[in-house]
Amino acid sequence: MADAAPQRITDIGPPDFQQFLPPVVKANYGKWKYHEIVEPGVMVHVAESGDELYTIRAGSPRLLAIDTIRFYADLADKYCDGHLRFTSRHNVEFLTTKKENVAKIRAEIEANGNPVGGMGRSITSIVHTQGWVHCHSAATDASGVVKAVMDEVIDYFKEEKLPAKCRIALACCLNMCGAVHCSDIAILGIHRKPPRIDHKNLDKICEIPNLSASCPTAAIRPATVEGMPSVEVIEEQCMYCANCFTVCPAMPIADPENDGVSIWVGGKVSNARSEPQFSKLAIPFIPNNPPRWPEVTEAIVKIIEVWAANARPYERMGEWIERVGWPRFFKLTGIPFEKEHIDDFKHAGLSFKRSAHLTHEA
Amino acid sequence: MPKEYKTPKLDELEKGPWPSFVKEIKLAAKKSEMSNDLLGQLEQSYNEKLGHWKHGGIVGVMGYGGGVIGRYSDLPDKYPSVSHFHTIRVNQPSGWFYTSDALRTICDIWEKHGSGLTNMHGSTGDMVFLGTTTDHLEPVFKDLTEAGWDLGGSGSDMRTPSCCVGPGRCEWACYDTLQRCYDITMRYQDELHRPAFPYKWKFKFAGCPNDCVASIARADISVIGTWKDDIRVDADQVKTYADEGLDIFNDVVLNCPAKCMRYDGEKKEISIDNKDCRRCMHCINVMPKALRPGVEQGATILIGAKAPIVEGALLSSVLIPFLDIDDEEEFEAFCDLIEEMQDVWCEEGKNRERVGEFIQRVGMGNFLEAVGVEPIPEMVAYPRDNPYVFYEDFYEDEDE
Ligand code: SF4
Ligand code: SF4
Ligand code: SF4
Ligand code: SF4
Repeated sequence: MADAAPQRITDIGPPDFQQFLPPVVKANYGKWKYHEIVEPGVMVHVAESGDELYTIRAGSPRLLAIDTIRFYADLADKYCDGHLRFTSRHNVEFLTTKKENVAKIRAEIEANGNPVGGMGRSITSIVHTQGWVHCHSAATDASGVVKAVMDEVIDYFKEEKLPAKCRIALACCLNMCGAVHCSDIAILGIHRKPPRIDHKNLDKICEIPNLSASCPTAAIRPATVEGMPSVEVIEEQCMYCANCFTVCPAMPIADPENDGVSIWVGGKVSNARSEPQFSKLAIPFIPNNPPRWPEVTEAIVKIIEVWAANARPYERMGEWIERVGWPRFFKLTGIPFEKEHIDDFKHAGLSFKRSAHLTHEA
Repeated sequence: MPKEYKTPKLDELEKGPWPSFVKEIKLAAKKSEMSNDLLGQLEQSYNEKLGHWKHGGIVGVMGYGGGVIGRYSDLPDKYPSVSHFHTIRVNQPSGWFYTSDALRTICDIWEKHGSGLTNMHGSTGDMVFLGTTTDHLEPVFKDLTEAGWDLGGSGSDMRTPSCCVGPGRCEWACYDTLQRCYDITMRYQDELHRPAFPYKWKFKFAGCPNDCVASIARADISVIGTWKDDIRVDADQVKTYADEGLDIFNDVVLNCPAKCMRYDGEKKEISIDNKDCRRCMHCINVMPKALRPGVEQGATILIGAKAPIVEGALLSSVLIPFLDIDDEEEFEAFCDLIEEMQDVWCEEGKNRERVGEFIQRVGMGNFLEAVGVEPIPEMVAYPRDNPYVFYEDFYEDEDE
């Protein structure tokens, strides 16, 4: 009988979050009064009731083995009655009402190699993607670049010594899993060579009309090549976005010598002071140089240091640049301004300087 | 005995003070041949500066079209254990709150069925299980659902909604992000698991304009908490901040984008012209003990953010300036509108066209008309500055 078979469970959705909330959160839900960062990486939230909740935030590599998750779980058992959470930027947070546990949690999580920090006027963990670890369209690795950059800027994670927060994000291709395009500093993997066309297999594995339609610049045209239905790419029209490859595996675009990263600056998502804005191009291309991408880390450290030395309190990267102007940004960072910096896609003219508001030096 | 790979390049990334993903892979490789072969293949990628994954094929669990992303090595002979290395997205709980027991259950399931490697979390918000074979998909799904977990979205479906910590721990949350994220996730299980849209559709819930989940940059529907009435001011705390050395005039008042704050340095008093306040959060962020959002709270609903592919990146733009989304009736109306918009988009949208791009193509005015929303000035930064206006009706001679 069909009904004797065990019911296959589907569409139950995630567990109700209520069952995971610490008792102090349940008791003070929606009734928090204020919070304070009491030391780098540690904050206390105080409720209307007077209850206090301490949060210890630690950096984590995002790519985690289950052994490490179990370690986090054990730590939560030891000091937090089994409660912990993760942040939207891959940090792990331990939650406790016991002030005396804060130092112990810090000691144990740091001993495991997870720095405590990432709050307030700091650099927190880098939102990033899969890269060579797990994605087919990567123009660079994700975890490796992130590790190399964080090794260099970790002091800004551990201490609050910047004018404002600085959000860094990395995406290994233009698909941009993650809010890379609105970051103080965005690291974006890019290709720089048109796709190679596998004429032999293209018609077998791809739909040609879909493929032609996938190109934002209409660079792909149906064509018959050696008697086989295929496509051709008008190379001058290609800006290497790889959307065709996403639609059709017979259009591989990755190329070791031409792939690399670009650096974008000045974006934000928060509404504080200025409106949310996109990041803008700072460095068009840096070749991949694994395992540590020294040119990338050097450029990023330089940008951060210049901003930190020149911005006013609370001024995010983009707000600082907005105030002093892009010419000053390029001058102070020493980044050469090139043809690639000037937009030539749709509505490009909107980004031209359309006034005489310029600074000059006598 | 599993193969032992020499990984001099990756070993470099075990050095340095930031926690190392290579250590994590090596940790997993002790127990999993998959993770071990991943190490080998990744080292090759580092040597060649080239990824070695093929396009995903269509794999999944019975009855679902989303939640699993097929992944295959293009060097299956060399690294046989990662010849299939599929990703599973597991729908995270609202606000990423866990108990240690819940996490251990997850780990045990993943130890049994896959590489033992995860992302905590993926960019959309899911827990990500990295790497398993096709024959493990049904069993892992069975174990997950029996433990109370379910898969997230992928492909052209509703993606796993996510939200900020909200009223769970943030005094600035202007609505219940955790609850509404959960409600939407539960309400749209079918849309989440069975792709039937032109492309992906994301929801993100941020409790206030600080937007800690980057909703305005990443979500097709961005729900951002805000308030209507006056910022609450605790005058004594303002004085304390001043006494403790905060430069209220320069750091708070001069940074107010609406220029709606005054500060009397002698009396150490702040006054705010609230009708001009843009609810930007700056002053509140700087003086959390002294200033708080008003009590008449709700959310601004914005639509259409996306990354560059295909036609260029977009930020979400205002659809509903203020909605009391915690109110059940208003929430129902919100869901009705969502469904109406999805209907129009499913009907008219092109393959792989996000709703933001769809709106760009057909025009916001036409879109609003199709979904029955009145145009209002809050929706634009400024009215059009070109005269290329389309009219559907005009007077013919004989009409006069
Ligand atoms: S950004 Fe591109 S390459 Fe990186 S994980 Fe996403 S789709 Fe893959
Ligand atoms: S890479 Fe992008 S621009 Fe170039 S042909 Fe493919 S879709 Fe067109
Ligand atoms: S978005 Fe606002 S309410 Fe939500 S966690 Fe961030 S600051 Fe708090
Ligand atoms: S919230 Fe922003 S706009 Fe409103 S008073 Fe404060 S700083 Fe000014």
